[in-house]
Amino acid sequence: MKSDRILTLLEGQGDMAETIADTRRLYTKPQNLNDAYGPPSNFLEIDVSNPETVGVGRGRYTTYEVRLKTNLPIFKLKESSVRRRYSDFEWLRAELERESKVVVPPLPGKALFRQLPFRGDDGIFDDSFIEERRQGLEQFLNKVAGHPLAQNERCLHMFLQDESVDKNYTPSKIRQA
Amino acid sequence: MSFFSFGQSAEIDVVLNDAETRKKVEHKTEDGKKDKYFLFYDGETVSGKVNVTLKNPGKRLEHHGIKIEFVGQIELYYDRGNHHEFVSLVKDLARPGEITQSQTFDFEFTHVEKPYESYTGQNVKLRYFLRATVIRRLNDITKEMDIVVHTLSTYPELNSSIKMEVGIEDCLHIEFEYNKSKYHLKDVIVGKIYFLLVRIKIKHMEIDIIKRETTGTGPSVYHENDTIAKYEIMDGAPVRGESIPIRLFLAGYDLTPTMRDINKKFSVRYYLNLVLIDEEERRYFKQQEITLWRKGDVVRKSMSHQAAIASQRFEGSAASEMNAPKCISDIPHLMNAFLTLF
Repeated sequence: MKSDRILTLLEGQGDMAETIADTRRLYTKPQNLNDAYGPPSNFLEIDVSNPETVGVGRGRYTTYEVRLKTNLPIFKLKESSVRRRYSDFEWLRAELERESKVVVPPLPGKALFRQLPFRGDDGIFDDSFIEERRQGLEQFLNKVAGHPLAQNERCLHMFLQDESVDKNYTPSKIRQA
Repeated sequence: MSFFSFGQSAEIDVVLNDAETRKKVEHKTEDGKKDKYFLFYDGETVSGKVNVTLKNPGKRLEHHGIKIEFVGQIELYYDRGNHHEFVSLVKDLARPGEITQSQTFDFEFTHVEKPYESYTGQNVKLRYFLRATVIRRLNDITKEMDIVVHTLSTYPELNSSIKMEVGIEDCLHIEFEYNKSKYHLKDVIVGKIYFLLVRIKIKHMEIDIIKRETTGTGPSVYHENDTIAKYEIMDGAPVRGESIPIRLFLAGYDLTPTMRDINKKFSVRYYLNLVLIDEEERRYFKQQEITLWRKGDVVRKSMSHQAAIASQRFEGSAASEMNAPKCISDIPHLMNAFLTLF
C-alpha cells in the first residue's frame, strides 16, 4: 500500500529526522483558576512600628509593636500583635543560633556608647536612633521569619505571637500534623 | 643550539599527507588560549612526512637514528613528572649514520587506536601528538605536533527522561522534568518545573550547567567545579499549579562529552543545577547529573525536508508529513514557523 511505503521511507531516515531538535514544550497540566488568581500561599507580612518609651529615669526602655499577618499554616494565629524590646530580639537571635542550623542575620547595633552620660542628644531615646533601630529590627524579623528552618523553632513563634517571652521555656521544634 | 658552531644542526618538521583536506578544530591550550589543530577519530591512519633540513648545507649531520612517535598521554598537573602514556607507537625512519643533505622521510601509523577524547582541563590534560626526533650524542633535535581527537557516539538506545518531585517539607514542593538524561553537545534541554506548593517568596529561578573534573584516586581525590552556564528561566513569584518551561540550547556553551574514569585517571561529569532564589537571597537547589555525548556531523538534507520536520513540530501546526512543501517560500505560514525556531 502506498502509505506503507511512505512510512518505510521515513524509518530509514531516522537519524536525518533528528537533525532539528524537537524543542516543543513538554505537556503541562492546565492550572486551576483558583490557584492562579487566588491569594498566594506564601503571604507573610511583619511590621515593627510604634516605638514607645516606658518607665521613668534610669529604668526607661523602648518597646516596639511587632505585627504579623500571614496565611502560612505553621503560624497558629493568622494575625497577631505583640510588644517587644531590644533585649527580646537579642534573646531570639541567641536562641536561633543555638537551636537551629540557620545562619542568623545580625541585629542593628547595641549602641552602648549612646548609654554613656553627658551626651548632647537623647542617647538611646533619640528619635533618629530609634527609627534606625526600628528599621533594622524589621529587616531582621522579615529575614528570619521567612526562613523554612527558623519557622520550625518554638522560640520564633513565642517571640512573634505569644503575649510575652518566657525566657525559661523549653526549646523545641514545631511539628506540623 | 648553535653553540656547537663547528658541528651541524638541523630543523625538523612534520607535515601530514592530508593537511589540505583534513578538518581542523579549535582546542583550548593550558593557558586558556584557543588554537587550531588537525582533527582525528579513532581508527584513522596518521601518515605524513618528516622533513629534516640542514642549517649549514654542505656539512654533514651525524646522528644516532631518526624516528617518529605517535603518543597519547595523560598529564596530571600536580604530578608533572609522570606522564601516563596509553598509546605509544614508534617508527624508525633512519638507522644511526649521517645525513649530507636535507631529507624527507615518509611515515604511516595505520589505523591507530585513539580510545579517548583530547581534553585540557583544570588539573589534567589528555593529548595526542606526533614527535619526530633526530637522536644525537649530546642533544636530540625534536619536534612535536599536537593533534586533537574526538570520540563519537551513536544515539543512545535508552534515553529516559528525568522526572522527580523534590522540596522542603510544608514549604516548597516542585516537580522537575528534563526530556532526556543523555544529551549530545548540540542538543536542546527541554523541560519544565511544576510548582506543587509555594509557601516561600521566590524571586527568580535559574538553571546552571556545572562541570566537575575529578582527578586522583583513593585518599587524594580532587574535584574542580566550574559553572559553565547560568540561565534564568523564571523572573517573579510562582504559585501552585504553575508550570515554567525550560529550553536550553547547549550549542552555545563550551562543553565536552562526559568522560568516566578515563584510563583510571580522571573524570569529567556534567550536572544540571536548578536554583530557586527567594526574596532574602536564600538559594534552594537540586543538582542532577546528565550525560553529554558527541554526535558525528550529519550531512544536511535538503531544506524542504527540514522545513517539513520543523513545521510538524511547531505547536498547533496542522501540516503533516504527507503534505511536505517543496520549498519554504511556497507557504507563508511555514516561513513563520521557521523564524520562530531559529
